[in-house]
Amino acid sequence: MADMMKRVPIAEQEPAVRAKNFDEVCLGYTEDEAVEEAKRCLNCKNPRCVGGCPVSINIPAFIHAVTERDFKRAYEIISESSSLPAVCGRVCPQETQCEGQCIRGIKGDAVAIGKLERFVADWARENGIHPQPPKEKNGHKVAVIGSGPSGLTCAGDLAKMGYDVTIYEALQKAGGVLVYGIPEFRLPKDKVVAAEVDNVKGLGVDIETNVVIGKSLTIDDLMNEFGYEAVFIGSGAGLPRFMGIPGEQSNGVFSANEVLTRSNLMKAYEDKDTPIVHGKKVVVVGGGNVAMDAARTALRLGAEVHIVYRRSEKELPARAEEVHHAKEEGIQFDLLQNPVEILADDKGWVKGIRVIKMELGEPDASGRRRPVPIEGSEYEIACDTVIMALGTSPNPLIASTTKGLETNQRGCIMAKEEDGETSKTAVYAGGDAVTGAATVILAMGAGKAAAKGIDSYFKNKYNK
Amino acid sequence: MYEIVRKEKLAANIFLMDVKAPMVTHSCLPGQFVIAIAEEDGERIPLTICDYDREKQTVTIVFQPIGASTEKMAALNEGDSFHDFVGPLGQPSELCQEENLEETRKKHIVFISGGVGTAPVYPQVKWLHEHGIDADVIQGSRNKDLLFFADKVSEVAKNHYICTDDGSYGFHGMGTNQLQALWDEGKRYDWCVAIGPMIMMKFVCKLTKELGIHTVVSMNPIMVDGTGMCGACRLIVDGKVKFACVDGPEFDGHLVDFDKAMERMQQYKTEEGRKKLEFEEGDTHHGGCGLCGGDK
Repeated sequence: MADMMKRVPIAEQEPAVRAKNFDEVCLGYTEDEAVEEAKRCLNCKNPRCVGGCPVSINIPAFIHAVTERDFKRAYEIISESSSLPAVCGRVCPQETQCEGQCIRGIKGDAVAIGKLERFVADWARENGIHPQPPKEKNGHKVAVIGSGPSGLTCAGDLAKMGYDVTIYEALQKAGGVLVYGIPEFRLPKDKVVAAEVDNVKGLGVDIETNVVIGKSLTIDDLMNEFGYEAVFIGSGAGLPRFMGIPGEQSNGVFSANEVLTRSNLMKAYEDKDTPIVHGKKVVVVGGGNVAMDAARTALRLGAEVHIVYRRSEKELPARAEEVHHAKEEGIQFDLLQNPVEILADDKGWVKGIRVIKMELGEPDASGRRRPVPIEGSEYEIACDTVIMALGTSPNPLIASTTKGLETNQRGCIMAKEEDGETSKTAVYAGGDAVTGAATVILAMGAGKAAAKGIDSYFKNKYNK
Repeated sequence: MYEIVRKEKLAANIFLMDVKAPMVTHSCLPGQFVIAIAEEDGERIPLTICDYDREKQTVTIVFQPIGASTEKMAALNEGDSFHDFVGPLGQPSELCQEENLEETRKKHIVFISGGVGTAPVYPQVKWLHEHGIDADVIQGSRNKDLLFFADKVSEVAKNHYICTDDGSYGFHGMGTNQLQALWDEGKRYDWCVAIGPMIMMKFVCKLTKELGIHTVVSMNPIMVDGTGMCGACRLIVDGKVKFACVDGPEFDGHLVDFDKAMERMQQYKTEEGRKKLEFEEGDTHHGGCGLCGGDK
């Protein structure tokens, strides 16, 4: 009898092997493993896990279907709430959401809800099961800006309700951050992302790539010329932050966005036409998921990689699994240190980074203990590449070209949390464009809420 | 897919293409740029808009192949398509805006173009001409064989001065020499637009600063997305960091740190050189052998 306190182990590529390739790290459960893990679910009467899920998937019900090997039913249950289960199973911070609420987790391991979700979604894809389009359309046109998690979710939900939905995407491929940001080894592009995008298209959603709303067309153009009655803005938070320290313009200092876009969207790691710098010793500044992604990408391109983060390990904002994987692969964590200057040689190329050691003081506004520099503790780390992964903010392209759309001081679009309504009639927004950089699943939750908001807008408009 | 409806070889190794792109022609203006991708998983190549026809929904681009990706673009023919073509990106030229017309009318304008930079200069001069505003053009080229668009520019420029570095056509010298010569003859300008290689724009700015002519340059640094996402195109302008893709591409040339900008252009040179060799010679060159010198 297996130990019910422990979760069924999942197969992964060996760290030494995967550090040299871009194939997916986690290999997923087999059917038998999934069923065994599913049986650990206590099927609670008052399931706390559902409350921890931003899109309220009926978790006990789908897991129960897995125990009965009715994987199709399990997929249908998940699909009622989520249009991107194969993605979420891979990139959600389950430890702070569904799994963080699991009763099993009090004395042992929480049920591996994310891994089970991934198993079910992968099973459905491999067995050719797709969500079904609605039987009737209602004839109303809605435009969705951005094909990332919030846009895909909002579009999918609206299409299921019968709306005629077109997504406008600025880049050449649909998926937003799922395509340009998250690397192949964490989220396979063709197998998983493209398949889930195809599922959304299968619901009747059109996706127009290479259209930059705010440049090619404005929101007013969409509504006045192209006949859209409502618009959802899910344009994300794409603008990179830099530190503003001396030497930051040196050759060899990149934003994580640049490195990841070259590698993920243009497949530079496969040696396609887009070049990417292969550093020998790379310092990544930051401690979030993007920092982990950039570090592990640089490692796979052949570098020795250090992560420099100003707080301690406990405060690392990245998913626990990513930090664990990064360490296994040999990434070195230089914690409680903050860069003060980037050093360059006489030709302008990075030769090192000067950092200062930090200690934790009183908690700040985020509730985390504020890092305070230790005077006189500066020292240099030799390196040839520095990647800045300090977070991102919303792109002002849309807000600056849309009259009547209000933003806050940080450039985030103001939208009501419950339904995504903005200051402009018939325009809704959600995801990172509203909150600033957050997670895939929170953006999906916002896309879902906005789809409901848009539906009630139409109901009010026509049924009064 | 974005069809190439016209292709012309303008000079040795300089190509013009009209590309069908309704989402670009919907609202593009002179000074803005597009990003073109020749084939799936190709590189995003930024190119300044050289002309556009809203009725035919075509955008004109002019380029000189310098790497594997632009060589692939040059290999496309009429009837072929770009895999991706997106725009307009960046800010329109300050001169070519209806709301600035009154101000623009008062200016004494000279354009100085270098090499392929003549292509993006043309639509600006044309726009001004169509709005009844005069502008002189100094068109620079390395030699007679690389000269293009001379007829078109002549039609829209008030005075058109051609100069070649080797003296094979027109004035013998560079654009800066021609400007100095005109100035010495008593010509006066108070607004200059310089578009061409960074080194040429740097020297134009050096001269116009001495002469006290306000100068606008169109910067063409390394770019990836062209919408403000990656920061590859960051420049120092007036001591501050600016992104050429969203804040530009046009800037006050007297405030641009050209030396830093030119230094940053070197960032992918090794990688790009290797890819160009791969394209030309097949998959024989992998870099790092240290023998053939192709890495640097």
